[in-house]
Amino acid sequence: MPPARTARNVFMDGLWHENPIFRQVLGICSTLAVTNLLKNTLVMVAGLIFAAALSNVTFSALRTMTPRRIRIMVQVLIISFYVIILHLVLQAYLPDISRDLGPYVGLIITNCILMGRLEAFAGSHSPWPSFVDGVACGMGYGFILIAIAIARELAGFGTLLGIEVMGAWWTRWTLMIMPAGAFFMLGVCVWVCRYLQSGKESA
Amino acid sequence: MMIAPSHSPILILLGAVFTENILLANYLGMCSFLGVSREMKAAVGLGAAVTLVLTVTSALNHLVYHHVLVPLQMEHLQFVAFMLVIAATVQLIEMVIERFSPRLYYALGVFLPLITVNCAILGVCLFMVIRRYDLLQSTAYGAGGGLGWMLAIVAMAGIRQRLQTTRIPKGLDGPGITLIIAGIMALAFTGLAGMLNIR
Repeated sequence: MPPARTARNVFMDGLWHENPIFRQVLGICSTLAVTNLLKNTLVMVAGLIFAAALSNVTFSALRTMTPRRIRIMVQVLIISFYVIILHLVLQAYLPDISRDLGPYVGLIITNCILMGRLEAFAGSHSPWPSFVDGVACGMGYGFILIAIAIARELAGFGTLLGIEVMGAWWTRWTLMIMPAGAFFMLGVCVWVCRYLQSGKESA
Repeated sequence: MMIAPSHSPILILLGAVFTENILLANYLGMCSFLGVSREMKAAVGLGAAVTLVLTVTSALNHLVYHHVLVPLQMEHLQFVAFMLVIAATVQLIEMVIERFSPRLYYALGVFLPLITVNCAILGVCLFMVIRRYDLLQSTAYGAGGGLGWMLAIVAMAGIRQRLQTTRIPKGLDGPGITLIIAGIMALAFTGLAGMLNIR
């Protein structure tokens, strides 16, 4: 990849062409679990973008000073630093959501996307493109999760952000809020997105 | 998610394997699950390694949390502390296996160091803190979690071997179909849910 890519290219790559979920199938663990309510998903996605963008910038700024041998440890520590900030902020200002999210905020540390982007992008680019890359990957990841969350909350509870949408006639589709529903929804999302992409490539 | 202290370790172990499977109910360890479930041999090796690491780290992290972090009032550093313990344990286990069983060491290959970033390990440690398990319960939860994860990945590897000879719609091949199969497996495990409750 030539280093002269513009911020716009980097952004589109992260959002669609190299989308972490359906292109690379990375890091779905920590966030899939929170997609049964849209509110929790939005908070989680915002947190992930925050952690991804800032750890990208930090590692990119330190990239010439970090010895190659210990870079993995440095990466883990940088990510943990932002995740701890996120965890404390959530506990202080959104205690209910923090309780709902449980261990999954902490699990952002082991989310392969963050580490993957630090290794693949921030280690060889300057801070500004790294920031854009972090935001784009976070958003590319986020929009699928938000789509899944909308579908699951609508079908499973008949609500969106806790507001009744479907009316009394809607029979709650309990399967959608069970773990199996998340797997089915994500599988279908990956299918649709890959299908669209493969059509474009062959054309 | 309060825990009644009366849950016996055996119940927790069985519950973590069947009703609260860390992969199928809590979505932990998905990355390596999707990546490594193509081959039976690799799946068994990785499953065994995860079980070993989980059992040891859940016990160690329980001690670290309750005897180091809590007395020092540094609970907010739990993420960093747990990650360090996990990384150190994986390295130690790697050295011990290399010394005493080179065959197993080569069989596990690159999977052993990769366990450090498997979210199942950190996830189990965080659940054990949230649910306030004691030392024995934590160890049982770690072992059960590992066995449950192994069960899921081995079952998936078996199914995926059969898939190689089937025709799969374009675009669904690879992760797509694996996720949908995982969904069906999760559904099957949900059928066991009423038997045990370890929350």
